[in-house]
Amino acid sequence: MLTYTIRRLILAVPTLLFIALVIFLLLELAPGDPMAEMPLTIPPEVKEKMREALGLGQPWYVRFYLWLYQFFIVEPQYWIDGLFGTNFADGAQRIISFQSRSPVFNTIAERIPQTLWVVGMSYVVGVIIALPIGIISAVRQYSWFDNFGTFISMVGFSVPTFFTGVLLIVIFSVNLGWFPSIYDTTLKVNDWPSFVKQLKQMAMPVFVLALYNAAQISRFMRASMLDNLGQDYVRTARAKGMTEKVVVLKHVLRNSLIPVVTVIALGVPQVFGGAIITEQVFKVNGLGQLLIIAIHGNDVPMVLTLTFIFAVLIVVFNLIADILYGVLDPRIRYD
Amino acid sequence: MHDGGRPVLEVQGLKTVFRVRGGEIHAVNDVSFDLKPGELLGVVGESGSGKSVTMMSLLGLLPSPPAEVRDGKVLLDGQDLLKTDEDTLRDIRGGKVGFIFQDPMTSLNPVFTVGYQIMEPLRKHMGMDKKAAKARAVELLELVGIPGAAQRLSDYPHQFSGGMRQRVMIAIALACDPKVLIADEPTTALDVTIQAQIIELMKELRQKLGMAVIWITHDLGVIAGIADRVMVMYGGQVVEHAPVRELFGNPQHPYTKALLKTVPSVRGERVRRLTIIEGQPPILGAPPSACPFRDRCGSAVDECARRNPSRTAIGKGHDVACVLVEQKEAAHA
Ligand SMILES: Nc1ncnc2c1ncn2[C@@H]1O[C@H](COP(=O)(O)OP(=O)(O)OP(=O)(O)O)[C@@H](O)[C@H]1O
Ligand code: SF4
Ligand SMILES: [Mg+2]
Repeated sequence: MLTYTIRRLILAVPTLLFIALVIFLLLELAPGDPMAEMPLTIPPEVKEKMREALGLGQPWYVRFYLWLYQFFIVEPQYWIDGLFGTNFADGAQRIISFQSRSPVFNTIAERIPQTLWVVGMSYVVGVIIALPIGIISAVRQYSWFDNFGTFISMVGFSVPTFFTGVLLIVIFSVNLGWFPSIYDTTLKVNDWPSFVKQLKQMAMPVFVLALYNAAQISRFMRASMLDNLGQDYVRTARAKGMTEKVVVLKHVLRNSLIPVVTVIALGVPQVFGGAIITEQVFKVNGLGQLLIIAIHGNDVPMVLTLTFIFAVLIVVFNLIADILYGVLDPRIRYD
Repeated sequence: MHDGGRPVLEVQGLKTVFRVRGGEIHAVNDVSFDLKPGELLGVVGESGSGKSVTMMSLLGLLPSPPAEVRDGKVLLDGQDLLKTDEDTLRDIRGGKVGFIFQDPMTSLNPVFTVGYQIMEPLRKHMGMDKKAAKARAVELLELVGIPGAAQRLSDYPHQFSGGMRQRVMIAIALACDPKVLIADEPTTALDVTIQAQIIELMKELRQKLGMAVIWITHDLGVIAGIADRVMVMYGGQVVEHAPVRELFGNPQHPYTKALLKTVPSVRGERVRRLTIIEGQPPILGAPPSACPFRDRCGSAVDECARRNPSRTAIGKGHDVACVLVEQKEAAHA
């Protein structure tokens, strides 16, 4: 297992470099100019200077190399310096956003908490409610519970989140006034009332996203349970005199969770990608929203860095999913 | 060893139906039989004749819905299993009555160790602690002839070959010293040589442990070698029932005769499914009002379509459900 993991990690390096190159070239080829929003009154020579300052004067491969160097060497150095008070970075040039002129990683670090709180929480909540719903729906297939669950999950993934989001805002914020309609990023949780406030402002976006996540995962759990409930070993367990509880929650569940856990792991990178639309609707300024703004502003370093981070997460969680599969299923051997 | 004594198991008038869309399937129709202590009862019949459903009905192992055991009595040591509660039934399953199923590749849970799966019934039915259960599990694996038993407890099913897995299944079924062992085509999924080994093992275990066995199979050749009595099923009912020698020497039901013709001539030849008789077995939408075999029977007469013949005794322990046999018996009397 360890050798397998190491081999996969080593293999991931060329993959990721290639992905980085593709993203870079795509952004390079895309029309758009970071200077586009500069006032027209700025003389061309000054504009040219500004271009140079942004590093746009050099050929693309130099810039690509520079970005790679900054991403893999300089930024980690700054990170370590920040943690331990060392001075590895020694004032080296960081990846700078075209828009804010500040290091992109600073902006990302500011945005991550919102994304993790809202989107991450919704994923956790979604998984926690999806698993029991999936299990019960399968055990009581075609019961009213199952039919109701089917209906809710249909709603969950066929009605877009911008619709459910706006609907909730209209009902619970505008009409009932229970929850704020805009997420206040500046809120600091340091006592009970502020914690309640945080919960309140998280409630609706978390609910919208959790519904969406739970819809998919519960269907998956249900299908996997049904698949296993029909297996011969279930009959064996019953013939051994095991109670239904043991049969379902031990024999069947243990098998059914294998693919579900994999799917859950594969879904984690999406959390970091943020839920772009939901973040827009509720004005949560997380990573998703950051990406949108960066794209609008032709902020190539920001877009490149964010997209690449998502790519890394996807590759990493793919590996984690595979490893989990091997851990959970004794039939899988990776050597 | 196996005549005298009260039967351990007595089944009377068992009826099982499946409620399906657009009606019912009458899978078991008025099946009666008994099983004496230490005896081996062979059950033969082609696919769909209701063998498995009959045995699963005894202990409430059929999914309900769609299955419904509609009528009958299942007396195990005098206790009617169709009238007991689920808890009592669970204690009997894997306790007094052990099961072995056809496909050892899928009958074991792939994600639990073999040791765990053997210890499960021991802990539940015998109240053993972990240590005692483990010791007993090793004993059981040795009993069914798995080399290096102690080390193999922590292995997973996929680390065993098909034959070895079936041995594990047998160990599980025997774990709590059952009085009755129900083996539903235990060798059908195995290679011929492995099949012979498992049959040998079962013979040996029966000598040693003395439990009564119900052995379901397609293979009359197997039955001839191990059964004391044989019950032939067709269309969810028992069409002929006799001691093994009598059945092979003096078959009376046209279906049994046809079956005997299809027995593979060379012993040990790969089992052929009994489909050499022309036509398909019936799927009954209603309790049969005629002989279920009449469409495929070479000797059918008019009366066969008018009523369903009941089992008529024609000799010691030999009975047949066929209009022709009834008529012959009536003529004799
Ligand atoms: N779950 C079910 N739903 C509906 N009908 C069923 C179900 N299970 C079995 N049956 C019906 O019961 C009849 C008897 O099936 P059974 O499995 O007992 O046959 P069998 O004699 O064991 O055959 P085989 O040799 O193939 O195992 C079949 O005709 C089938 O149509
Ligand atoms: S009752 Fe008639 S149809 Fe049925 S087996 Fe006897 S002869 Fe054939
Ligand atoms: Mg069967």
